[in-house]
Amino acid sequence: MKTSSMTARTLDAFARMSIGRAFASGIGMVAGGFLVLLVLVAIFAPWIAPFDYAAQNLMNANAPPGWPHLLGTDEFGRDVLSRVIFGARTSLSVSATAIAISMAAGMTLGAAAGYFGGFFERAVMTVVDLTWSFPDILIALIFVAIIGPGLTSTTFAIAIAYLAQFTRLTRAQIVRLKRETFIEATINLGAKPSHILLRHLMPNAIAPVIVVGMLAIGDGIVLEATLGFFGLGAQPPTPSWGAMMSSGTAQLFLSPWVIIFPGVAVAVTVIAVNLFGDELIRALDIRDRLRGS
Amino acid sequence: MILRYTAQRLLMLIPVSFSTSVVIFMIVYLLPGDPIDNLLRVGSSPEDRAELVAQYGLDRSLVVQYFVWIGNMFQGEFGQAIVLRRPVADLIAQNLPYSLTLGGLAFLFSSTVGMALGTLSAMVRNPVLDRFVRGFILLGSTVPGFWLALLLILFFSVNLGWFPVSGARGWESLVLPVLTIGFGGVALVARVTRVALLDVQREDFVTLLHAKGLSSGAILFRHLMPHALLPVVTILALRIGWILGGAVTVEFVFGRPGLGSLLIRALGQRDYPVVQACLLMLALAVMLGTLIGDVAQAAMDPRIREKKS
Amino acid sequence: MSMLEVRDLGVAFGAVQPLSDVSFSVGKGETLGLVGESGSGKSLTAMSVMGLLPLIGGRITAGAVEFDGQDLTKLPEKAYRKLRGGRIGLITQNPMTSLDPLQKIGPQVDAVAVLHLRMTRAEARARTVEILGTLRIPEPALICERYPHQMSGGMKQRIVIAMALAANPAVLIADEPTTALDVTVQAQIIRLLDDLVKSRDLALVLITHDMSVVAQVCDKVVVMYAGRAVERGSVEAIFERPRHPYTQALIGCIPRGLEGTERLTGIEGTVPTVMNYPSGCPFHPRCPRAEPICAREVPAFSTGGDSAAACHFAEVGHAKPA
Repeated sequence: MKTSSMTARTLDAFARMSIGRAFASGIGMVAGGFLVLLVLVAIFAPWIAPFDYAAQNLMNANAPPGWPHLLGTDEFGRDVLSRVIFGARTSLSVSATAIAISMAAGMTLGAAAGYFGGFFERAVMTVVDLTWSFPDILIALIFVAIIGPGLTSTTFAIAIAYLAQFTRLTRAQIVRLKRETFIEATINLGAKPSHILLRHLMPNAIAPVIVVGMLAIGDGIVLEATLGFFGLGAQPPTPSWGAMMSSGTAQLFLSPWVIIFPGVAVAVTVIAVNLFGDELIRALDIRDRLRGS
Repeated sequence: MILRYTAQRLLMLIPVSFSTSVVIFMIVYLLPGDPIDNLLRVGSSPEDRAELVAQYGLDRSLVVQYFVWIGNMFQGEFGQAIVLRRPVADLIAQNLPYSLTLGGLAFLFSSTVGMALGTLSAMVRNPVLDRFVRGFILLGSTVPGFWLALLLILFFSVNLGWFPVSGARGWESLVLPVLTIGFGGVALVARVTRVALLDVQREDFVTLLHAKGLSSGAILFRHLMPHALLPVVTILALRIGWILGGAVTVEFVFGRPGLGSLLIRALGQRDYPVVQACLLMLALAVMLGTLIGDVAQAAMDPRIREKKS
Repeated sequence: MSMLEVRDLGVAFGAVQPLSDVSFSVGKGETLGLVGESGSGKSLTAMSVMGLLPLIGGRITAGAVEFDGQDLTKLPEKAYRKLRGGRIGLITQNPMTSLDPLQKIGPQVDAVAVLHLRMTRAEARARTVEILGTLRIPEPALICERYPHQMSGGMKQRIVIAMALAANPAVLIADEPTTALDVTVQAQIIRLLDDLVKSRDLALVLITHDMSVVAQVCDKVVVMYAGRAVERGSVEAIFERPRHPYTQALIGCIPRGLEGTERLTGIEGTVPTVMNYPSGCPFHPRCPRAEPICAREVPAFSTGGDSAAACHFAEVGHAKPA
């Protein structure tokens, strides 16, 4: 059984199904288009940003939006627009990495729990349920407190905060699929658990998890911004949307634009993620499968 | 019936509480450095250290230490705050009322306004209203709390001067914080109410209710709302943790005292006894919330009471 | 003297016209069978009489619904509500989902008497217990304290019937009351309804797709196909001398028991959906007797004995036994 070809086939089927249809609707086009644009901006940040994000110019500090600083400058005279652009890079990469880790770990745990059941399942689910009712910000805070601030710890903190979600979802899918007759048939034909899990259960369970993962990236961005706001995320001079708003608080009365624009960036991004995610759900027609989470 | 269900649920909480307390206990040990040093203030004397060791049995095995710790907790003895040099219990007693007020008000605000909005959107067939509510729900679920707080401060406190920027004096200082937390809460409740009402309207028994000659108002309040309340109560109970989480950020931004700001400050100052105590309180609140949610659900839906979980 | 008379009823949902030219009448102590396959418009007719079309997005476009001489189509909603559940009762199809799962049985039935007969809760409860007893529900007082999910389908259907009867209606509309029940329970419910009609002098419209039920308890029959009434008459006339090809085919479909090697007959083709009702006579694509005029003109009713068939070629003996 060549796992790589199965993965390729799954991804291919997924791509053909969802992306086409999700982009078809008006909302899907706008939201999806914005997201694609955002990713491009993040990737090509050094070429797009008008100024060096770390370049200070104290004589031009706290300048309101205008020319040449389209979004104004912060208290060190750094160009807000450039910092927002580079901030996109930080936020997106941290969130995406974190969610990827979370998904991988969560899916493994959830699949194992759902498939093997019994005491193992109950133990896992008890711990998972507990973390799930805790607000993600608290979990992240505890984690960062233990490890110390920085981008790495932020990434892991976000990953842990959403681990419960993916575990629960995968387990629900696996449990649901286990009861299907075609699985019974495969078992009766003498298939090994690893074969059943990899070849039959996982491909069918993937779709909702991927969509939830996408929505979680949105939450992850907000979480990263919040952690940054508390000074626990990216350390200066690395720009992150949250950190920008943190240092901007002191200047709230003087130069509110330092806070407003990064916040708008976060809000618009997460809204786009949510809207596109909804379209994906509709395109994949899996709304009912998500009820359990 | 309900009592038995409650008892069942309480029993199930015991293993969960146990594991949570173990995790919280272990935090001190997961930190870099000598755990005992983590509990001491910088510049403590060897006598202080010996005293601490004796009081908490820190030279005994982990298991014993855990039970000593837990035993102390039950007696209300939470230890000494490292930085402020006061009993942690005092700190908690001081800050808890603020958190409860904020959380309670936010809860009330979210549930009432949220349900009203959700009901309006589901029952009044106005496409403009519907679009507005859906947009509001989207915004409420995605806008970062602290940013909203800052915007509100900017607009209402700085520009208009209606409300104080920070602090906790008088009811005026509660308005913006409650609004900040409430924004997300209202969005959540509105969404759940709206979906629940739309779903239940399509059920068969509603046709029969109309056929009996009941007025739309009577049907809405006596039959539809109970069905909508179910998921609302569930989600609110489960999200008590979320409301608390929102309170943490909000307390910080608005400079209000409370468990949240206490926790964040303690984290920054590495004041671990305080951290542990706060986390324990929050965990307790979350579990209590889940319990209340479960019991309320069973009280409202007779079908749940029969199921042996 | 008919309690309920429907004349040339037409119903539309947006641009679609699911019902056209439906007419029938029921008098006191009479049972009218409204027969047809799924999708023929029987339930819509029931909803129209009850005035519940707006609930599902429909409206009456033509005709009249007369109850005790009053045209209901012209009635304001408030007055209609007084009749609904009060003088006209509805029994719905699926007992498993017809009761509010969050409320006890008692209050759900009491509500009718409280609303229409202006009784106090205590009086209404006494009445509920009494009616439940008449419907042969054991321990009615205890049942009132139970929840719907604790009862069987047959029991629930009796409760639905109780709700329909609680205010002493003059007309009962039973929309496929036995379709969702076990065969043994079906017979009980049908007999129950029959008894009620006779003992209370009710006018009953019994909607069903089961011809054998019609044969047992109905006095008159209206056969529906694709949103139109195609034949109506006394039950004897319909069963012994059907004049419309569809009715003949329907009767021919009834398995006649252990009579040897007779094959089961069906009707060629499928029932048209609301979106593509055929022009002219709706049955013409499947009719063995069809001719070009059938696709052009909707046939008028032609009377023959005590039945009337909407067919250009109505006569006894179209369908051949297999």
